[in-house]
Amino acid sequence: MSFTSKLRSFALATALALSVATPAAWADEQYFPLQSYRVGPYAAGGTGFFGGFIDYLNLVNIRDGGVNGVKLTWDECETQYEVERGVECYERQKTAKNVAAFNPLSLGIQIALLERATADKIPVITIDHGMTATSDGRVFPYFFPLLMNPPSETSAIINYIGQREGGLDKLKGKKVVVLYHGSPYGKETIPIYELLAEKYGFELQQIEVPHPGSDQQSQWLTIRRLKPDYVVLRGWGVMNPVAIKSAQKVGFPVDHLIGNVWSNSEEDVIPAGSAAKGYISLITQPSGTEFPVVQEIIKTLYDKNLGNLEDKKRIGSVYHNLGIVNGILNVEAIRTAQEKFGNRALTGEEVQWGFEHLNLDEAKIAKLGGAGLLQQIHVTCADHEGQGSVKFQQWDGEKWNLVSDWIKPDRELLRPVIEAAAAKYAAEKNITPRTCAE
Amino acid sequence: MDGGFDWSFFVEVLTGGLLSGVMYSLVAIGFVLIYKTSGVLNFAQGSMVLFAALTFVSLLEKGMPFAVALALTLIAMILLGLAIERAVLRPLVNKAPITLFMATLGLAYVIEGSAQLIWGTQVHGLDLGIEDVPLEFSGVLVSTFDLFAAGVAAVMVIALTLFFRYTRVGLAFRAVADDQFAALAVGLRLPHIWATVWAAAGIVALVAGLLWGARLGVQFSLSLIVLKALPVLVLGGFDSIAGAIVGGLIIGATEKLGEVYIGDYFGGGIESWLAYAVALVFLLIKPSGLFGQKLVERV
Repeated sequence: MSFTSKLRSFALATALALSVATPAAWADEQYFPLQSYRVGPYAAGGTGFFGGFIDYLNLVNIRDGGVNGVKLTWDECETQYEVERGVECYERQKTAKNVAAFNPLSLGIQIALLERATADKIPVITIDHGMTATSDGRVFPYFFPLLMNPPSETSAIINYIGQREGGLDKLKGKKVVVLYHGSPYGKETIPIYELLAEKYGFELQQIEVPHPGSDQQSQWLTIRRLKPDYVVLRGWGVMNPVAIKSAQKVGFPVDHLIGNVWSNSEEDVIPAGSAAKGYISLITQPSGTEFPVVQEIIKTLYDKNLGNLEDKKRIGSVYHNLGIVNGILNVEAIRTAQEKFGNRALTGEEVQWGFEHLNLDEAKIAKLGGAGLLQQIHVTCADHEGQGSVKFQQWDGEKWNLVSDWIKPDRELLRPVIEAAAAKYAAEKNITPRTCAE
Repeated sequence: MDGGFDWSFFVEVLTGGLLSGVMYSLVAIGFVLIYKTSGVLNFAQGSMVLFAALTFVSLLEKGMPFAVALALTLIAMILLGLAIERAVLRPLVNKAPITLFMATLGLAYVIEGSAQLIWGTQVHGLDLGIEDVPLEFSGVLVSTFDLFAAGVAAVMVIALTLFFRYTRVGLAFRAVADDQFAALAVGLRLPHIWATVWAAAGIVALVAGLLWGARLGVQFSLSLIVLKALPVLVLGGFDSIAGAIVGGLIIGATEKLGEVYIGDYFGGGIESWLAYAVALVFLLIKPSGLFGQKLVERV
């Protein structure tokens, strides 16, 4: 994209932001405050995700005239993935009328908003991530780690490894190393891996990579000495390509390196070059442009130069498709809430009800053009994750190819962990958990 | 392993650490060049590395041949160096060192932002044609790419040493580094020399950017590699190229050996702060660093 077209986009975004800020335009508009990150170390992920999210909102406006006649509006506040900026953005954006939900795509920002958003009665969506305890809607009514929370991710990865070995009983005696980012996000799953190691009898070693992870020589030499059967990569940003390259450096087979949900994008494998060929990672939504909703976005937006991504080659990438799925879930939550409260712009509290009753089965997903892209989801008052499943994909040097069917996490094992974490938080903050009817 | 200390593994960790240290030195040399001649700690060196790598890889992806992209990036870095001298440093002549440091801090953000505005935020792969497969020497694995990087660093250090010792511009650099006022008194034009040295730092940034870019991918995190160079500078001295190399080797070896052998006692992930702890100890013992000039001031 040329410099002038970038300026044009900037002018357009500014005009849009100003239009959002015009009180007269709020009457039948539902507003999405976007805490995006388009510059800084994690800009590649931010531009893809928020690009997909905006593309979907735009598609609904242009194709359907909004959600039951209610126009979707949004503006972006740059966080650079920094918590302080995220909080600043929240305080500024929450004052707008008819705020639907915040989608910060950051665990740190989510944690900083725990008390604020609850007090303000505004939903905070953390698709595929979020503090483990927030899955328990009885304690965290306004937080939704949709599709997959960290324990589910952990369990699904171990289930996949078990599947590859010919059954979970074959994990006994195997050696698994977890290479995790030295941050609260990276450390979130330490006890879950310990729990699973104990249950299935595999040997576990968890190794920290200090932020940002641009040098992993010592970690990979240790891995070489340990000779594990599998290495699970719980990385973020630059840590991922460096891990893949370092695996090659010490001769570790890359198809035994399994990336988590934040180690699964094109941005993680392209910088690693040929070393990434064969690398496997987890996804909640496949990449690709063959899905009807992505085709609609191309036809309605990109063919008319209305798309949000600067580089059209990124359409259908992992982050872009995740943004689209996030858009579908947000829009459907509004539609669900409208069924109860009427076809009008809703308050945050009403949208929360919509999220809490979000139930998309295969037929509904197909109607939305998301067949194959989006899995079934059923959110309840107690379960704010929605019973999601994951697939695994392998990089062939050019693109991702699916190598598994949907794999379910062991939720029976995980639910007590989530409830215990939520109960601990409730006790610390003196919260009385809600009673859920379902 | 079972019979006692595994010397082969120790040598492997040590070698890996030394080679990582060379990569840190590559960035540190850029700092040294500027500090030596102008007394400015150029915090924007990491951003210059990012700018160089991003420019090069973007030109390459636009279909330009390797050599043309390299030449154009070289020109861009020289122009950037000249522009910094003219627009930022010259107006701040005779200002306190902290003012100059703050100026380079601001400059770092401006360069990072400009690089992303011009070339976008996308992550790029950079293939220099060096396959990073391990070489085995008596059971010890050594990275091919790291050996190549060490070779490049050696060539660069030799070239810079020859340049400083045997060229007129190099002599002028040394004169300015020794005593700015004496250099002025004998008719050397400081702005001209500063502009040249900033351009040279731009070239060093390009070399570091290509090697680090091939290792990490060309992305924003390249600008964070300054954090690896700072303890190297403290240890080796801010004004010594030899110090940057030796400092890099010591820091690289210490952090890798520390992480592998004592990391578990601290819960792992110690190498990021261990380098700074070592630098702090050196700072207390030898404030000017191993090879830095002792500053004698009349009070």
